[in-house]
Amino acid sequence: MSTEATTTAATDQQDGGAVVPGASGGADLVIEHVSKRFAAFTAVDDLSLTIPSGSFFALLGPSGCGKSTTLRMVAGLEQPSEGRLRIGDEDVTDLPSHRRPVNTVFQSYALFPHMSVLDNVAFGLKQRKVRDAVARAKEALELVELGHLAGRRPAQLSGGQQQRVALARAVVNKPQVLLLDEPLGALDMKLRRQMQVELKQIQTELGLTFVHVTHDQEEAMTMADVVAVMNEGRIEQMGAPRELYELPRTAFVANFLGKSNLMHGTVVGREGDYLLVEAAGGVQRLRTDRAVAHDGAVVLGVRPEKMRIFTSGEETVPAGHNRLDGTIIDASFTGVSTEYLVDVPGVGTVGTFTQNMGQATGRAGDPAVMCWDPDFTFGLAGDDDVAAGAAERDA
Amino acid sequence: MGLKQRMGRWLVPVIGGLAFVYLLVPIAYIFVFSFNDAARTNLTWQGFTLANWKNPCGAPNICDALGNSLSVAFVATIIATVLGTAIALGLARYKFRFRKLADILIILPLATPEVVLGASLLAQFLNLGWELGYWTVVLSHVTFCMAFVVVTVRARVSALDGRLEEAAGDLYASPRTTFWKVTFPLLLPGVVAAALLSFAMSFDDFIIANFNSGSFDTFPKFIYVAATRGIPAQANVIGSGIFLIALAIVVIGTVVSYRRQKALAAR
Amino acid sequence: MSAPAVRRPEPKRPEPAAELSATERRAEKARGRIGVGLIVPGFVYLLLFFAAPVFVLLAMSLYAKPPGAETGVFVPAFEISNYAVALSQYWEPLVRSFLFAGIATVLALLIGYTMAYLVAVRLRQHKLLASILLVILIAPFFSSFVLRTQAWKQILADEGFVVEALRFVAILPEDGRLTATSIAVVAGLTYNFLPFMTLPIYASLERLDTRLLEAAGDLYASPMTAFRRVTLPLSMPGVFAGTLLTFIPASGDYINAAILGNNRDTSMIGQVIDSRFFQIVDYPMAAALSTVLMVVILILVMLYIRKFGTKELF
Ligand SMILES: Nc1ncnc2c1ncn2[C@@H]1O[C@H](COP(=O)(O)OP(=O)(O)OP(=O)(O)O)[C@@H](O)[C@H]1O
Ligand SMILES: [Mg+2]
Repeated sequence: MSTEATTTAATDQQDGGAVVPGASGGADLVIEHVSKRFAAFTAVDDLSLTIPSGSFFALLGPSGCGKSTTLRMVAGLEQPSEGRLRIGDEDVTDLPSHRRPVNTVFQSYALFPHMSVLDNVAFGLKQRKVRDAVARAKEALELVELGHLAGRRPAQLSGGQQQRVALARAVVNKPQVLLLDEPLGALDMKLRRQMQVELKQIQTELGLTFVHVTHDQEEAMTMADVVAVMNEGRIEQMGAPRELYELPRTAFVANFLGKSNLMHGTVVGREGDYLLVEAAGGVQRLRTDRAVAHDGAVVLGVRPEKMRIFTSGEETVPAGHNRLDGTIIDASFTGVSTEYLVDVPGVGTVGTFTQNMGQATGRAGDPAVMCWDPDFTFGLAGDDDVAAGAAERDA
Repeated sequence: MGLKQRMGRWLVPVIGGLAFVYLLVPIAYIFVFSFNDAARTNLTWQGFTLANWKNPCGAPNICDALGNSLSVAFVATIIATVLGTAIALGLARYKFRFRKLADILIILPLATPEVVLGASLLAQFLNLGWELGYWTVVLSHVTFCMAFVVVTVRARVSALDGRLEEAAGDLYASPRTTFWKVTFPLLLPGVVAAALLSFAMSFDDFIIANFNSGSFDTFPKFIYVAATRGIPAQANVIGSGIFLIALAIVVIGTVVSYRRQKALAAR
Repeated sequence: MSAPAVRRPEPKRPEPAAELSATERRAEKARGRIGVGLIVPGFVYLLLFFAAPVFVLLAMSLYAKPPGAETGVFVPAFEISNYAVALSQYWEPLVRSFLFAGIATVLALLIGYTMAYLVAVRLRQHKLLASILLVILIAPFFSSFVLRTQAWKQILADEGFVVEALRFVAILPEDGRLTATSIAVVAGLTYNFLPFMTLPIYASLERLDTRLLEAAGDLYASPMTAFRRVTLPLSMPGVFAGTLLTFIPASGDYINAAILGNNRDTSMIGQVIDSRFFQIVDYPMAAALSTVLMVVILILVMLYIRKFGTKELF
């Protein structure tokens, strides 16, 4: 069985001492057309994903979108209504949870209150009849810097310590896939950042496949190799964090992951690599390979930080840049920058900011001109809802 | 602080304290009169003696009745605890058809006064032609205690965090191991409390036993019958003895857990 | 890994009532089997030794005595008139049972709530004292019910010092007595069922988060208001369970009435049932009275649950 393979690998590592960074101890996790329905409600809708071995995968999405349900199906705590799950070469769909080479760090930790910290950590090893279970559990506790608290009960630990015990308890088994369901949710900001670093370190050291659920987009972006944005039971888009941010493919992703300015437009022609789109009373340029739709109605998008805003009327828009004209509704000076909300006829409110380089700031009511390099424009389907995901991001 | 408020502060301790005295009065009376130098009719104070304590079985049949009661309580408690715990788990954790009906059937004995329960069981035993005695008392007590076990354990089961069992499964424990290593230890305090309650209820029951015991004597029955002629002082010895043993167990338990908590906190 | 652009999902169509996948069904079924397996033994037990007996009792309450038969011989019949006789002859002890049980329940509630509050809230910081008092609370469970009632009889006896003292301060008239009165019976009932009232209330008060009271105080509630608006509502499940656990057995009890009362004007329905069964050997009458008692209690309990019931009780 594959669990034995991991166990041996783990033993080797300990005997050999050196841990090869990035060495893969994990296995591919393949989710094929998985759906989960609770009565008539579909929590996960025809989900397909391949999470390569040894990667740090983040599942990001608003509350109730089906992230936990997905993890629970992978762990075997919930049975899919449709579809198959594979880990490595093995189909695990019908395996009960205790036979799956998967461990979970639960959102609520779920530490056994009647056992000491050490017994908690050794639990999985003992179940698999690993020989030096206690010694290994101790090592795992050292790894999370809790060796000195091994004899305590979970109730006698702080939230952050409990969280690390939960992590040690899962990691010590060297599972092929480690599932983390918002493990940092209960921690304060400082501890959260610290734990993020530690988690990432542990993952690179052990080379396990991590699936990390979160609704903190910053956390997902800084930690993961691959981020999947989930919404209403489906994956909206997935890819490397940068790729997702720079080239969102749906309005939901554009709004949920960072902010975007979106506007409706119509393709009126082509010019080399660019589509010409009539929007906001002018013709904007959009690179063909950054557009989801190539003719008819489209939605144009641009990230606020990619724009420049001119308020004095003296600057000139560089040739070839896209341009919007509007009236400042609100300008807030934050020190490092000034944030503007600008009303653009035919588009609505557009947000942007300028770094504080000593220039004068515009005031509400002033006219403003905004422009950006057309290479930063992205194009979405014309029928996409430009407001999708904004409310969920701010929730 | 105003007078009214000061009265408010003291009202609860004073009334509560008096209530505790009220609870203790007959127990103290029983204890004091266990030293009464009155052979059979222990009604008025005749002088101090330790004789009753040295020979608690001195009164005829008293220790037989005590032994019978202990034995019935023990057997009935085991059966009621096992069946009741299983029901509590089944009802709290699993969904199946007829659950509502099962719920009602299991709670109904609690809403049935002991006379009615005793009378209906007697009717049933008469109907079946069973001879009344040890086993009819045990069977009746199981019915009587089971509902208490179900209620007590079920509260504990619903308070149990189901994610702990999921975590155990996730850590390679089979459902059976999960039950014995996680579920059961966490339910244990509730199960023990339920068993103690069962034991006490069965041991102390007069009414149901009176209906279903025939000529078989239990300790409460012995006292009730003896009351018409005067209760022997040995009954007071036994009553006080049980009380003292129970008190000792509880005190030791409290002290041990108190110490353990302190030791753990010191670590 | 490339980024497959996923179109926005169309608005969810209403799903048909879910059919379960084979895996789901298997898991469901296994769980269902375990659940049924767990309750079946106890369920069968209750059918045999609770449901069936109650049914037999119902049937027996309709039996008839054939003319000229010996004492204790009855034949199956449908003698509804048994109930008419039972009610017309014994309505007094029946009403008295509920009256006594009701008064005892109210008294036990007042006393029991105070004790539970003292131990669970006021003495929360004083762990040792609280646990000693808790021991006293459960102590009556461990010293025989009959013995304690008998002790009360002797304490309240005519020559006892309690009666002497009460006579001395003229609360009792010169020839006044306590035993063999309704007061003694109600006091005995109150005493004996007090733990059943106090322990559930204690259990719910013990879970009470005292910070809630501080919060209430912070929001300008006087201690009394805080009690009325926070403590009391949160302890309602305990009060509810306690009152039922007191009222039900108290209304069927006859030990207190038998030991502390007299046979004329304090007798309760339990006594009548007992004597019908054992002294007069009139099974149908005893069964009819039992049935009436049970039906009235069930009706009262149902009304009570409907009016004050909390879901989490049982
Ligand atoms: N056992 C269940 N029965 C019915 N509906 C359920 C069940 N479990 C989850 N759901 C529903 O499925 C949807 C997805 O739930 P899930 O727990 O996967 O959300 P999530 O993405 O983890 O959200 P969060 O970020 O709040 O944890 C929710 O709408 C939830 O109400
Ligand atoms: Mg979740």
